[in-house]
Amino acid sequence: MLEIKNAVKVFERGTMMEHTALDHLSLHLDDGEFVTILGSNGAGKSTLFNAICGSFYLDEGTVSLGGINLTLMPEHRRARHIGRVFQDPMRGTAPNMTIEENLSLAHSRSTASPLSFAPTRREKALFRDRLAEFGMQLEDRMKTKVGLLSGGQRQVVTLLMCTIVTPRLLLLDEHTAALDPGTAAKVMEITQKIVAESHLTTMMITHNMSAALTTGTRTLMMDSGRILFDLSGEQRAGMTTEALLEMYSTTTHEKLDNDRMLFEKAHQG
Amino acid sequence: MKLIIGSLQLGLLYGILALGIYISFRILSVPDLTTEGSFAFGLSVSAAVTAMGHPILAIPAAMLAGALAGGITGILQTTFMVHPILAGIITMSGLYSVNLFIMGGASNLSLVRIDTIFKLIPGLSKQDTQTVLSIVACLLALVLLILFFRTHIGMCIRAVGDNDEMVRASSINVDACKVLAFCLSNAVIALSGALIAQYQGYADISSSSGILVIGLASVIIGEAVLGRRSVTIGFISSVVGSLIYRIIIALATKYSPLPAYMLKLLSAIIVGFALSLPAIRLRASIRRQKRGNPNA
Ligand SMILES: Nc1ncnc2c1ncn2[C@@H]1O[C@H](COP(=O)(O)OP(=O)(O)OP(=O)(O)O)[C@@H](O)[C@H]1O
Ligand SMILES: [Mg+2]
Repeated sequence: MLEIKNAVKVFERGTMMEHTALDHLSLHLDDGEFVTILGSNGAGKSTLFNAICGSFYLDEGTVSLGGINLTLMPEHRRARHIGRVFQDPMRGTAPNMTIEENLSLAHSRSTASPLSFAPTRREKALFRDRLAEFGMQLEDRMKTKVGLLSGGQRQVVTLLMCTIVTPRLLLLDEHTAALDPGTAAKVMEITQKIVAESHLTTMMITHNMSAALTTGTRTLMMDSGRILFDLSGEQRAGMTTEALLEMYSTTTHEKLDNDRMLFEKAHQG
Repeated sequence: MKLIIGSLQLGLLYGILALGIYISFRILSVPDLTTEGSFAFGLSVSAAVTAMGHPILAIPAAMLAGALAGGITGILQTTFMVHPILAGIITMSGLYSVNLFIMGGASNLSLVRIDTIFKLIPGLSKQDTQTVLSIVACLLALVLLILFFRTHIGMCIRAVGDNDEMVRASSINVDACKVLAFCLSNAVIALSGALIAQYQGYADISSSSGILVIGLASVIIGEAVLGRRSVTIGFISSVVGSLIYRIIIALATKYSPLPAYMLKLLSAIIVGFALSLPAIRLRASIRRQKRGNPNA
């Protein structure tokens, strides 16, 4: 489904601030896989999503989705195939428009003729049914401006917007991190329901290790723009958060040691 | 009575200007300085085409001209990433020469002995024709705009003004939406200029200076009366604001000792004050809280 080959992204190239955010990263996702991504702040997780969505073009490497080469496709054209939810509930919705207008915008994006009235009666019924499934009483507030909703409610609306036309890939960037624990659990539950129903290929960034291990089918650990390790199947099933932390610190230390050795060698030589 | 009818006519014709300004100022959330240029563009194209004997054709020609001006500002802002305010200023100042060229090098053009659309309805006095046409034109513009912003593309434009990042993520071409909105806004503004030129029977380029502030004043006065609720109400309130503005102006010129040239200062004060109001309210509420007032 998703194929990233040798992706490189360097910010502020040629300045003192030069920083390699993606470092020859390759990744393959099969259809229907649900991957969780861990990694410290600045590891390059969001940058990886940005590269997939086309917020910028890669310096090197390619991205393709479902056999379509996205590498040089502009952002809004890729968006037809990709749904994305951010940590900040403000980012995914238009605050001064109503719930049904927001949903209609997402729903009719590729099909509607520009001068047809929106939302249509059929759309309204569809949105009401879908929202009712989540048990948050949002179906009774279709004409409420989204800016008046709570963060959790806005994330649910955003999730539905991203998936109402089934995307090829769903990207979740710490989408429950700004919510209180109860709401976060509820939004997570809704996420899993949506992903399971449409059999969506999904990538989810989180800082919650146990959630990362128990949600989905595969877990990646990122560091310095690279994939440090990639767990799935039995290895993942047997993994605890302690073992994961242990694995993280030994791998990063090994890498540090390696770097130091190379550095010292270079100086001796 | 004459004063009221005159204000009504002007209020409606300038109400169309306020509709155009509402699109850029409130829907796109960008104050668009192209306005002054595109209003004058409408004025001069309408006067020139009318002088050639085509008063009806003058109207769509002027709108097309306005759309072109808006398109240039829009493309500068999106494709070439020029600062929105600067993009408007660039177009506006370029249009100054264009407008003089269209009017044959003069800064005003008289249509006194020429047929305008306000002389075309047989059997109706000039005054009645003016009233009828200004009502029809303004209502038509109002209804069409309200309907347009309920369509899919209209909704996309509203979303671009609200949260363009989200629109980009919904696979809608944000830049195209913005350019389209600027075309529409300035076409409507030029329509207002086109009608004013024929209504007054002359086109004077200098009459467009300060027109943005006048339009903003109308939008803001309207919102003060009807509140900021939806785009539909926003359009209606812009026209209402324009009517109120014209009545205030008419009364001020008739009964106050102020000379007519002070009116722009008055408009500037109204707009400056209205735009500062949210900050003034915030300060006041913070001060109240500091004093420990539980009602704050
Ligand atoms: N547009 C940009 N310009 C310059 N540097 C950037 C840009 N975007 C990201 N970076 C840098 O790239 C690195 C990776 O950032 P990224 O946002 O991908 O981290 P992250 O793994 O998502 O971290 P977090 O867990 O804090 O969200 C950081 O050092 C960041 O400063
Ligand atoms: Mg991040």
